[in-house]
Amino acid sequence: MAEVTMTVNGKSVTKSVKGNTLMTDFLREELRLTGTHVGCDTSQCGACVIHVNGQAVKSCTMFAAEADGAEVATIEGQANADGSLSVIQAAFQEHHGLQCGFCTPGMVMSAAALLKENPKPTEAEVRDYLEGNICRCTGYHNIVKAIMAASGQDVSSIAAE
Amino acid sequence: MYSFDMESPSTVADAAKALGQDEAQALGGGQTLIPTLKQRLASPSVLVSLAGIAEMKGVCTADDGSLAIGGGTTHATVAAEAGAYAALAALAGNIGDPAVRNRGTIGGSLANNDPSACYPSAALGSGATIVTNKREIAADDYFQGMFATALDEGEIITEVRFPVPEKASYMKFEQPASRFALVGVFVAKYADGVRVAVTGASEEGVYRWSEAEAALSANFSADAVPAAPSGDGMISDLHASGDYRAHLVGVMTKRAVAAAS
Repeated sequence: MAEVTMTVNGKSVTKSVKGNTLMTDFLREELRLTGTHVGCDTSQCGACVIHVNGQAVKSCTMFAAEADGAEVATIEGQANADGSLSVIQAAFQEHHGLQCGFCTPGMVMSAAALLKENPKPTEAEVRDYLEGNICRCTGYHNIVKAIMAASGQDVSSIAAE
Repeated sequence: MYSFDMESPSTVADAAKALGQDEAQALGGGQTLIPTLKQRLASPSVLVSLAGIAEMKGVCTADDGSLAIGGGTTHATVAAEAGAYAALAALAGNIGDPAVRNRGTIGGSLANNDPSACYPSAALGSGATIVTNKREIAADDYFQGMFATALDEGEIITEVRFPVPEKASYMKFEQPASRFALVGVFVAKYADGVRVAVTGASEEGVYRWSEAEAALSANFSADAVPAAPSGDGMISDLHASGDYRAHLVGVMTKRAVAAAS
């Protein structure tokens, strides 16, 4: 066991972890932040995407000990301070960017990372960036549309339903 | 996963010392090793994370004009900062997906030498030098077959130096589920000749296609690429037969030559 300290959604946490504790398990089991989902556990599906020091990573393929000293952001920290939905979350709701919702935390975290890097992405850039996020319900069109809308672009002509 | 301890040294010297322990294993970005551990295909007693070693990160141009990349540099950083060698930056920017590129490292990829990974073709195709905590190894001596390299037990890749070519390109025929190369070809044209390195195809791992190198050194055009090699000794699995991979070697080489800039 080793002690790790990190900031998760703005709050400092210190816990003892085993060497083989995955970041997903740390978030879900130790911190009870169950918004980060485990879909495949083989780093394919992206349901577990979080931000570590501002970068999107698959938390099922990272150890908690590797996040010692890091700034971590999860889906639970995405809403605005007053509890209202973030721009990206609101766009997912508005454009029906989810059905069952299982992949949505990872989609929102990937979208947030993309828009930070590239505030006005093209549709092709959005699709390319979501390569590591799998959705089995929507067929992606409305997810892409939601992200484009969240970036402030006109989406009336894209990804027709 | 089996249980193990984790150590996070902050210098190469401390990492080398930690790797001297029984059953110790280096952890780069973990994008291959962690899935391997989950499958219980490895059972280290200690994982030594190299992620906190600042001296092993970053991209810079060395005095001799080559591009030097720290072994702990992520694919995303190479994609963003290796502009001096555009074909290499483009290769790094198309490995896996964005989240994988934010963790995976060049040193980890080269140390693992997956027969379908992208980086081995760039290192071999550029005649790169693999720098470790003990020595410098020429790429031609480094790759020794599928998942096999010249690295000794506990040896750490601290830096990789790429001579920058006049023109180069990497063409990957992607296996869509894994995003590894079904076949990938790296072509680089230097003043003293052309190098062609093929990944994803051979059962011996990454290799140089010498017939294509000779033909392209004489005439650097897609038309000069020789007929595709034989499918003997090529990987044959549910994704593609050996013959199909051999055919792709020819096609991807032509595309790489045509796109080289």
